[in-house]
Amino acid sequence: MRPQSIGQIALIAAALAYLFGVYFASSPVWMGFTINALIVAVVALSWNITGGFGGLSSFGHAALYGTGAYASAILQVKYGVNAWVGFGAGILAGALMGVFIGALAFRYGLRGSYFALVTLAFAEVLRICASSFDFTGGGSGLQLTLAPGVANLQFNDRTIAYTALLVVVAVVMGLTAFIKYSRFGAYLIAVRENEDAARALGIDTYKIKVQAMAISGAFGGLAGVLYLQLWLFIDSNVVYGSAVSIEALIGPIIGGAGTIWGPLLGTLGLHLLGEGAKHLLPNAPGLNFVLYAIVLICALRFLPNGLVGLAGKLGTFKKKEDDNA
Amino acid sequence: MLEVRNLSKRFGGLKAVTDASLDVPEGSIVGLLGPNGAGKTTCFTMIAGFTKADEGTVRFQGKDITGLAPHSICALGMIRTFQIVQPFAGLTVQENIAVGAYLHHHDRREAMSVAREVGKRLGMGAMLDRPASSLTIAGRKRLELARALATGAKLLLLDEVMAGLIPSEITEIVGIIRKIRDEGHTFLMIEHVMQAVMQLAETAYVLNQGKMIAHGTPRELVKDPSVVEAYLGHGAAARLQEENHA
Repeated sequence: MRPQSIGQIALIAAALAYLFGVYFASSPVWMGFTINALIVAVVALSWNITGGFGGLSSFGHAALYGTGAYASAILQVKYGVNAWVGFGAGILAGALMGVFIGALAFRYGLRGSYFALVTLAFAEVLRICASSFDFTGGGSGLQLTLAPGVANLQFNDRTIAYTALLVVVAVVMGLTAFIKYSRFGAYLIAVRENEDAARALGIDTYKIKVQAMAISGAFGGLAGVLYLQLWLFIDSNVVYGSAVSIEALIGPIIGGAGTIWGPLLGTLGLHLLGEGAKHLLPNAPGLNFVLYAIVLICALRFLPNGLVGLAGKLGTFKKKEDDNA
Repeated sequence: MLEVRNLSKRFGGLKAVTDASLDVPEGSIVGLLGPNGAGKTTCFTMIAGFTKADEGTVRFQGKDITGLAPHSICALGMIRTFQIVQPFAGLTVQENIAVGAYLHHHDRREAMSVAREVGKRLGMGAMLDRPASSLTIAGRKRLELARALATGAKLLLLDEVMAGLIPSEITEIVGIIRKIRDEGHTFLMIEHVMQAVMQLAETAYVLNQGKMIAHGTPRELVKDPSVVEAYLGHGAAARLQEENHA
């Protein structure tokens, strides 16, 4: 995962400087804001596995995120299970939901916009179910009991929570890099580029796609659990709402789909932009989504490879001669 | 090595292939000829598992592989290439070949080194780090061949690997295919470029309107009246004969 150019190094350095600078910000608002952005970044990294590497553009990653959050919350609230067990169960539930949606959708050969629509439908169905049953807390949602402490995965101190979140993001990005440069990653990219050619080369494309959904689901479920542990409250609109699905795909597309840094950079950039808009125009709630839409349209038109792709063109290193060629 | 028996396929009312049989002995280069729309590519897709045959069997190295999925057939050692070349555009040439190599080499470093070695064998050493999308048609055809070879396949089904190439490029790729054959591979190739078929194939089958109409050495086939008629129309063979005598 060596950066290709000075532009990319500068971009990554700026992001790291910002993330580090948050520790010294005078106002706690910044840290809260960045914590939110980092949780979204984990969903974005989840979307990046299927959408970025596999070319399977999901419009319903909320289905994975919400399932992770609800699985952990139900276990903790209704069954009194420890938060760490809930944490693992949330990741597992997300992965299983990914496998379920993937196995169904790919069994019938859905691709492109059809896959996007089916995932969107799954997220919506789950949202409605979650708001209808007592089991999931119905319309009033589920609230964890406040019990700060490492044993309960709850942090009173925002700085510790923030640090823990940074570690999680780093681990997920490390796993992404590992996947990208593995056999599985190469197969996934081959499926994205040309499914027929991939099949001819001995790739079981159905299996690869379902596996990608499993990994994506695990990351998505993880993000949902993180949200739950940090805010201690979920309801169907918060975790199964389409806002989650939109934020999951918009960050990677703007940052650079199928790259390691793209989802984080795109998400951070967008959130900063949205936050800035809120402060400039405090009387227009929801304006950040209008702004996202404009940025998305511009990115699709002018930055086909996202911020990472753009930065990659700035100050490229001279290609060193390949001595084995 | 490959035995195809009575393969048939219909698309609605259209009989694309009827009762097609062919044999490919180990170590040989066998041609599959025929005018446009004769059913050659349909034959290939059925043999390689991309479409299911309505009737007939395909045996590869003595094993019945009829109806197996393409990836399982590839794992057994038979692979097809595509008439319209299909590189993975977002990857470099070496990474493209490595996708093939990953079939039997799970480690990235190993797969990449196999890819490098295969690429060099096909004269692509200088292009390995270039994006596959930057290749010319001739380069893409070679890449298609390299990727197939990297899977370790023993039998390669080539679908018009010469189409769209200029004569000097054809000469090059003919040399490459002959070299690969001498290294122990077997070929079944659909080809329109007669220069290539005459130089490469020991025997060839001719398909017309979904039926096998002739089988023999390329030299015999070009004299076969039924083959001439398939290409040039009814009565063409007789007219040619008359002109020759006149």
